[in-house]
Amino acid sequence: MKQAIGKLLWWFEERLELRTSLWTVMRHPIPRDLRTQVGWLYVFGSTAMTLLVLQIVTGIGLGMVYVPSAGEAYESLEHINYNVELGWMLRAIHNWSANGMVVLVVVHMTQVFLMGAYKYPRELTWMIGVVLFLLTLGMAFTGQVLRWDADSYWGLGVGAAMVGRIPYIGPELVELMLGGPSVGADTLSRFFALHVFVLPGLLFTSLAVHLYLVVRKGISEPPKPDDLVDPETYIEKYEEKLKTGDPFFPDVFLRDAAFIGLTLLVIVGMSAILGPDGPGAPPDPTLLAVEPLPDWYFLPAFAVLALSPPSLETGIILIAPVIIVAVMFLFPVFAGKGQRSPRRRPVAVLTVIGCFLSYCVLWQLGVQEPWSPHMTAWSGVPVPTHMIKGRTPKELQGAAILQEKTCRNCHALDGLGGERGPDLTEVATRLTRDQLIRQVIQGGGNMPAYGKEMNRFEVEALVSFLETLKPEGYASAESSVVTDRAD
Amino acid sequence: MNSQSGEPPTMETATTRRGFMEWFSWALLGLGSVAMAIPILGFFLGPIIKPRADEWVDFGPLADFPQNSTRLVDVLNPLRGANDGMTGKVAAYVRRIEGETFQIFSTHCTHLGCPVSWFKESGLYMCPCHGGVYYEDGGHASGPPPRGLYEFEHRVEQDRLMVKLGHLPTLQDPGSAHVSGKNS
Repeated sequence: MKQAIGKLLWWFEERLELRTSLWTVMRHPIPRDLRTQVGWLYVFGSTAMTLLVLQIVTGIGLGMVYVPSAGEAYESLEHINYNVELGWMLRAIHNWSANGMVVLVVVHMTQVFLMGAYKYPRELTWMIGVVLFLLTLGMAFTGQVLRWDADSYWGLGVGAAMVGRIPYIGPELVELMLGGPSVGADTLSRFFALHVFVLPGLLFTSLAVHLYLVVRKGISEPPKPDDLVDPETYIEKYEEKLKTGDPFFPDVFLRDAAFIGLTLLVIVGMSAILGPDGPGAPPDPTLLAVEPLPDWYFLPAFAVLALSPPSLETGIILIAPVIIVAVMFLFPVFAGKGQRSPRRRPVAVLTVIGCFLSYCVLWQLGVQEPWSPHMTAWSGVPVPTHMIKGRTPKELQGAAILQEKTCRNCHALDGLGGERGPDLTEVATRLTRDQLIRQVIQGGGNMPAYGKEMNRFEVEALVSFLETLKPEGYASAESSVVTDRAD
Repeated sequence: MNSQSGEPPTMETATTRRGFMEWFSWALLGLGSVAMAIPILGFFLGPIIKPRADEWVDFGPLADFPQNSTRLVDVLNPLRGANDGMTGKVAAYVRRIEGETFQIFSTHCTHLGCPVSWFKESGLYMCPCHGGVYYEDGGHASGPPPRGLYEFEHRVEQDRLMVKLGHLPTLQDPGSAHVSGKNS
C-alpha cells in the first residue's frame, strides 16, 4: 500500500518536478539574524496576503448570494444577514478581514520603510508594494459601494463631485464613473465588476510579481547601524549571509504561522461579536436626513476636505494624491543606498511619526466633525435650566427663538449642540449688545445673516436672552470704541 | 512527379513571397485587432459617446406649492434605468417665490454632493458632511461650498409645474437652469 502511494507520488513528481521548483522556493534560505526577536517584524506581509486569500474565499461565498442590482442589492444584503445560513458571519468576516488587510498592509509598509528594506536591490519590490497598497484601498472603496446603502449612495455622489472637478474632462469622467447620468443600476454593476474582476485580477498579478521579487532578491536582513548599503558589494555580502541561513519552510515560517493564526482568531472573534457592517439606511435619493460617512480609514481624507481653504480645495483633491503617490512610488530610486537602520535615519523616523500623528489627528477630527451642524440639535437638545431660570418673558421668548431659528445646530449651550460656531454659554462677556445685533442680522465670520429671517422683535428678544448668557458676577462685554455718553 | 514543382524556390521569389506573407500577417493581425477594439472600446466609452440629456418632469399642480414657501418634491428620474429600483427616484427643493416664479434646487451640496436639509424655521439649507449652509434663494451662506445650490430649469404648463432634470449635477456640469444661462 505504502509502496503504491509512493509510486503514485513519484509518477506525479516525475512530471511536475516540484522538488527542484516549488520545494526549493519553500526552502529558500533566510538570514540567520531573523532568529532573534526582530524576526517577529517580518510576519505582516504574509499575514496581509493570507487575508487577501480569505477575502477571495468569503467573497466567492458572498458572490453566490449577493444580487448586484440597484433595485435588489439592499434587500439581498438583508437577506444574507437574516435568512442565509451564516450569511451574517460571512459578511462580518469579509468586512473585518478587509479592515485587517488595510491595517496590515500599512503596518507592513511602515516596517519596510523604517528598516530600510526598500533599498537596493529591492526598490522594485517596494514599488509593486505601493501598487498593492493602492489596489487594496481601491478594493476597500469599491467594497463600500457594494454595501448599497445611504453611505454608499451618497459616497458615490461625493466621488462624482470630486471627479467632476477635474478640469475640462470632469463631466465626461463622472458619466464614465457612474455609467450614466446619475447613480443607478449601471453604477452598482460597474463597481461590482471592478471589485470582483478587475481589481482582484490586478491585485493577484501584482502580488505574483511582488512575491517573485521577494523570493528572488531574498528577504532583507535586519539592519545594523552604519552597515551601509552599497550596490557594489551588497549582493556579495548578502549571499555570504545566506550560506548560514535557515530554510523559510518550516523554520522561519513558524512565526508567520503563529501570527496568521492569531490574526484569524481575532477576525473570527470580532466577526462573531461585532457582526457585519450594515447595510445602513436604504439608498433612497429622497431620504435626505442621512449623514453620509466613509469607512473609518478614509475619515482623515473626509476631514481634510472640510478643513482645506476653498481656494486650494480643488488642488488638494486632485493634485495632492498624485504627489503623495508619486513620492511613495519613486523615493527608493533616490534613497536606495546608504544607512538602513532607523537609528541612523532620523528623518525617516520623523516622517513616519509625522504621518501617523497627522492621520490620527485628522481621524479624530473626522470622528468628531466639529465643522458639521448637528442637524437635530435645534429641536432635540434641551436648554440648560439655569439659563432660563428667573428670566423675563422677553428673554424666554429669545431662548425659544434661539431654538426655533436652528441656532443650536451650530452653537452649543453648556457644551450641548453644534460646534461649528462658538459656544454661546458666556457670549455676553465677549460681545456687546450692538455687536450681538449686528452679528445676528449681518452674519459674518462663517455665520449666515439672519436679517431676512427674523423681524426686529425677534432679534430684540433673541439678543436680550443672549445678553443674559454670562457667569454669575461677570461684567458684560464693553465696546472698545469710546463713544460720548449722554450721562 | 514533375521535378519543377518539387524544386525549392529561388532565393528571390522566396524573399518576396516571404516578405509579403510577413507583411500580410502583421497587417491581418492589426486589422483584426482594430476591428475588434472599436466596438469594445465603444462599449466602455458608451456613457460619453451617447450622453443622455435632461428631460422635463411633471412636479404636480401649482396649487401644491403655496406662495412664498419651499418644499421637497420626490419624482422618478426621467433618465432612470429599468433596474434602478429606489435609486431611480430623485428629489428636488421647490421654492415658489410668487405667482409663476419658482426656484428648483438640487438636493446635492455643491461642495461634495452630500444631501442638504431645508430648515424652514431659519430659512437655511444645511449640509451634514462639511457644514455647507445656503440661504433660501440658494445663495452660499457659509462653509466650504464654492457656489450656491444647483438649480433646475422650470416652466408652467397648464397650471402644472414642469422641471427639467435627470443628471447628477457637478461643478462643471450643473443643473439645467445654469445650462440655459438662467440663474448662473
